[in-house]
Amino acid sequence: MITCEQIYDVIVVGAGHAGCEAALASARMDCRTLLLTINLDAIALMSCNPSIGGLAKGHLVKEIDALGGEMAKNIDATGIQFRILNTKKGPAVRASRAQADKQLYRLRMKRVLEQQKNLDLKQGEVTSLCLDGAAVCGVELRSGISYLSKTVIVTTGTFMRGLIHIGLNNYPGGRAGDQPSVGLSDQLRQLGFQVGRLKTGTPARLDARSIDFSKLETQFGDSPPRPFSLSTERITMPQMPCHIAYTNQRSHDIIRSGLDRSPLYSGVIEGIGPRYCPSIEDKVVRFPDKDRHQTFIEPEGLDTIEVYPSGMSTSLPIDIQIAFYRSIVGLERVEIMRPAYAIEYDYVDPIQLHSSLETKTVKNLYHAGQINGTSGYEEAAGQGLIAGINAALRVRGSDPLVLTRSQAYIGVMIDDLVTLGTKEPYRMFTSRAEYRLLLREDNADLRLRDIGHQLGLVSEQEYLRFAEKRCKISEEMERISITRLQNTVQQTAVLVRLGLQDIQKGTTFEQLLRRSEVCYDDLIELDPVSRETSEAIREQVEIQTKYKGYIDRQLEQVEQSKKVESTRIPEGLDYAAVKSLTTEVREKLSKNRPDTLGQASRIPGVTPAAISILAIVLKSSSWKGNS
Amino acid sequence: MYIRDTIAAVSTPPGNGGIGIIRVSGDQAAAVGNTVFTSVSDGGLVSHRFSFGTIRDAATGEMVDEAMAVYMRSPRSYTREDVLELHCHGGWLVVERVLALVLACGVRLADPGEFTRRAFLNGRIDLIQAEAVMDIIASKSEAALQLAQRQREGALSKRIDEVRECLLQALALVEAYIDFPEDDLGQTDEVAIAASVDSAQTMITDLLATFEEGRIVREGISVLIAGKPNAGKSSLLNRLLNENRAIVTHIPGTTRDIIEETISFEGLAIRFLDTAGIRHTNDLVEQEGINRTMEKVPQADLILAVFDGSREFSQEDQMLLDALAECRIIAVVNKSDLPQRLVLPAANRFLATVMVTALSGDGVDSLKQTVCRQFLHISATDSREFISLSRARHRDALVSADVYLSRFCAGLPERNLELLALDLRGALDSVGTVTGQTATDDVLDRIFSSFCIGK
Repeated sequence: MITCEQIYDVIVVGAGHAGCEAALASARMDCRTLLLTINLDAIALMSCNPSIGGLAKGHLVKEIDALGGEMAKNIDATGIQFRILNTKKGPAVRASRAQADKQLYRLRMKRVLEQQKNLDLKQGEVTSLCLDGAAVCGVELRSGISYLSKTVIVTTGTFMRGLIHIGLNNYPGGRAGDQPSVGLSDQLRQLGFQVGRLKTGTPARLDARSIDFSKLETQFGDSPPRPFSLSTERITMPQMPCHIAYTNQRSHDIIRSGLDRSPLYSGVIEGIGPRYCPSIEDKVVRFPDKDRHQTFIEPEGLDTIEVYPSGMSTSLPIDIQIAFYRSIVGLERVEIMRPAYAIEYDYVDPIQLHSSLETKTVKNLYHAGQINGTSGYEEAAGQGLIAGINAALRVRGSDPLVLTRSQAYIGVMIDDLVTLGTKEPYRMFTSRAEYRLLLREDNADLRLRDIGHQLGLVSEQEYLRFAEKRCKISEEMERISITRLQNTVQQTAVLVRLGLQDIQKGTTFEQLLRRSEVCYDDLIELDPVSRETSEAIREQVEIQTKYKGYIDRQLEQVEQSKKVESTRIPEGLDYAAVKSLTTEVREKLSKNRPDTLGQASRIPGVTPAAISILAIVLKSSSWKGNS
Repeated sequence: MYIRDTIAAVSTPPGNGGIGIIRVSGDQAAAVGNTVFTSVSDGGLVSHRFSFGTIRDAATGEMVDEAMAVYMRSPRSYTREDVLELHCHGGWLVVERVLALVLACGVRLADPGEFTRRAFLNGRIDLIQAEAVMDIIASKSEAALQLAQRQREGALSKRIDEVRECLLQALALVEAYIDFPEDDLGQTDEVAIAASVDSAQTMITDLLATFEEGRIVREGISVLIAGKPNAGKSSLLNRLLNENRAIVTHIPGTTRDIIEETISFEGLAIRFLDTAGIRHTNDLVEQEGINRTMEKVPQADLILAVFDGSREFSQEDQMLLDALAECRIIAVVNKSDLPQRLVLPAANRFLATVMVTALSGDGVDSLKQTVCRQFLHISATDSREFISLSRARHRDALVSADVYLSRFCAGLPERNLELLALDLRGALDSVGTVTGQTATDDVLDRIFSSFCIGK
C-alpha cells in the first residue's frame, strides 16, 4: 500500500449531492480537502428525477443557499423550468421547484469544484477507512494507495453493496452504468455499526421522438421564473414545458400480469422502499380502486431527446415495462432508451450519529446523505453541507454547528435522523416541522445568513447585500406602524374601491395591512413612499404583518420548549435504574440514547409522563448518575 | 439510583378525629420507629405487624401517647420505600406533638402529595393513577370513589382517543393537500375535513358538559338553608342529619353563626349550611350572622328557602326572596301538620316546592331526593358508560382544544390550509395533554395509507 505524503484536513468519499456540498464547505473554510469519487464524469449526477425542490425540499435548498452552499446557484444556472407551488395555501408552505438540464447541472458543479481553492478531486474507489485507535485517520483505495486526513466524510449514496434489479435479473452496481462500492460497508459492520438495507427505484428514460405530445396536457413553468439563490439576479436559461399523461385500467392489468416476475413481490428484494415514492406496481397493488395514476413527462435537458416519466418507477421485467409504458395514451409507440430498475444498497442507521453528523462509534468520521437512510438530492445536500462545516470546525478545534428545529428544516431533518433513526428512506415533509410558520422559504436568509457569514461561507459582498435588505425590512416595518391614513380625497377613493370605507382616519398602514382583504400593493395606491419598496421587502413586510399573531404564538412555543430542549441527559444514564419508567420506555431510551430531554420527548412511545419522570430524576439534586 | 431522604407527614385529615396517623417514608423509617416508639412486646417492630406501645419524647423520657405502630419494609409498601406508620389518638395537639418528635429525628416534612409522588417515581403507580389516587384520598362519597376508579381504568382516556382519531383524520387530509400539491389527489375534500372536526367538537362539547356534573360528584354540593327567623331551619337541619346538631329553641334568632354538616345521600355528598334567619334587627351579633349568611349565598349550589306554612307570607319572607334574586331555590314549606295559611307568591320562582314537618320528620326524605335530582340527572352515577371529566386540568385542555377548533371552523371558508393545519395541530396537542400523545408520525402514516402518493 502506497501512502500519499500530503495529510488532508478533510477527505470526502463520494461526489454526489452530499459530497459536493461537504467538499466545497470544508475547502471554503480553508481546510485542505480531497474529494474522492468512483467516476469523475458522474459528479453531482442526478441519478433519478431531473429536478430540484418541491415541498420542503425547496425550503432545504434555500437554507443551503443562505448558509453559503452551492445547490441553489447550480440549479439557477442550469434550470429549464421554474415553478412556485402552493401559492394559495399560505406563505410557509409555498415552495420552489425546478427542472434541470441534467448534464449541464453536473458539468457546472464539476467546474465549481475544479475552481475551488484547497480542493483536490481524484477518481478512485474507497475500500476501507484507516483507523488510529477509535478515530479515523484516512482512507484506502482499491488502486492500492491510501490518503491520510484528520477527518473523513462518507457520502456513499446508493453505492455500498449496490444491487440493481430488473425483473428477476440482478447485478451489482452503484447506479446503472457504475460499479458499486464493495468492502467499505463490511468494515463499518465490523466496527460495530448497525448496517441495514434500503431500496429505491427509478423509471425508464424514454425517447421523446416516439411520444405523441399532442395527446398530452402541457405544463409550463412560471413566467418570469424565480431563482432559488439570493445571489442570482435572473434566470437566463431557455425554459421548457413538462407534459402530463395518465395510466389506465389496461396499464394496471399489464402490471398485474407481471407481478409473478417482480423482485419486489417475489421476495428477492429485502431492502425497504420509500412509502411516498412507491413503484407503479406498488401503487396498483395498494390502491386497486384508483382507475388512473398521473405522470409528468419531464425533459432531461435542452439538447437531449431523453425524457423522464415521474412516478412510473418499476422493477418489473423489461417486456412488461415496454408493454406498460406503451399502454399510456400518447406513448403508444414509445421506445425505452434506458430501462427502469430498482436498486438495493447499504445504509447505516443514523441513530448512531451525534447531531453534528459525526458517528458516535468512530471519532472524526461523519456520515451524510443516503448512507444515513435519507432519499432526495436536497436532503443529501443539506447533510453534506453540515458534515463539511462540522468536519472543518473539528479541524479548527471549534464546537460543531447544530441547527435547531425552530431554526431550519435542516435542523428538523438531522434531529429526526439522529433521534429516531430510520427504517425506510427518509424524505422531508413540511408536516415534520412543528414550527412550520417560522421555517419559510422567504425568510431562509433571515434565519441563516448570519451563520453562513460567520463560518466564512458567505462572501462579504453577499453578506452586505443581505444586511442592507434586513435593515430595509425593519425600517419599512417601523414606517408602516407609524404612518397613518389621512383620508385625503385620493385615499378615500381607493378605500371605497377596496370596500373599506368604514376605515377610520388615523388607522396605521400596519393595521390596514393586517386585514385579510388588503395586500401591500394596495398600500402603494394609498401612499407614494410604498412604491419605492422592492419586491423582496414588500413580501417580508406583508408576511410578517399579516401573520404576526400566528408567528408570535409559535415563537412563544419555541421559548417554552427551550428548557426541555436544552436539558442534557448524561451520556451514561442508566435508564434501567429509573424504575417508574415503563419497560417499553426504558428499552426505547436505552436504544436511542438521546442527548437531550427534547430529543427524548420525540421518540415515539416515550410519553409526556415519562418525560416528566426523567425531568424530575435529572433535576433531583440527589441523582448520583449511576454508570 | 438516587438517594432519598426520609420524609414524614400527618396522613389523616386536619382537625380532631378518632385517630391520627403519622407516616414516615425512607431509609430512616425503622430508626425513627425505634427512637420514638416503645413496643410493649419484646420483639420490637416487625415488618407488616401492628404493635402496641407508647410514644415518648426521647429527650425527656416523657410519655406523649399510647399508640399502635406498623413498619413496612421496602419494597412492600405504598412508596416502595421503608415506611413507618404511627397510629395515635386523634386530638390535633397530640398528633402535632408526635410529628414534632419524628421530625426531631432528622427527617424532613413531606411536601403535599410527596408520598404519592414517590410511589410514582419508584414505579409503584403511573401518573394517571397518581392523579386518581389523589382523588380517592379526597373523595367524599361513593360516587366520587367510583368515578375516580373508573378514570383509573381509562374510560376517559378511551373517549379522548376517539376525539384524537377524528382530529388526526382531519389533519392528515389537510397535510396531504399541503405536502403533495403535485400528486393527483383531486380537490381538497372540505366536507370530509369539516365532518371529522365536527364529530371531534361534538365529543369535546359533551365531555365538557360532564365537567360540572363530575365536579359535583367529586366535590359534593353545598346547600344553604335560609328563611326568616323561627321558620324551623335548625330543626330541618337536625332532621336532615338525623342528629341534634343545631340548637333549637322557640326564640327567633337563636342561630347566629353558620353551622356546616355533610351527609352522603344516594352517593352524593351534600354539605348543608344552616344560617341565621334573615330579618331587620338591631342586635349587632344577630346582624353579623345575617351578613355572613348573605356572603355564603353566591357560593351555594342550591338554596332551601324555608317558610312557615302556618303563617301568612310576610314582609320578612319577601325580604328573603329579594335577597336570593339570582339563586336556584327549592321552597320548603315547614309545619305542614298545622293549618296552612301560607300562599307563596310567584311559586314558579322555585325549582320545586316540598312540604315537610321538621318536628316529626315527615317529608324530609322526599326533600333529600328532590335535592339530589337537581344535580344527578339521567341517573348518571348508575350507568357504567358514564364518562365524566372531573379534573380542572382535563377541562382546561379540552376548552383550549375547543377554542382551536372554533377558530378552525371560522377559518375554513378562507381555505388557508396552513393556518387550518396550525389550528388542528393546536387542538391535537391540547387533547394530547390529557393522555399524553403527540402527532407527527401518526399523520404521515395516515396520509400514506389513505392516498396514493409518489412521483
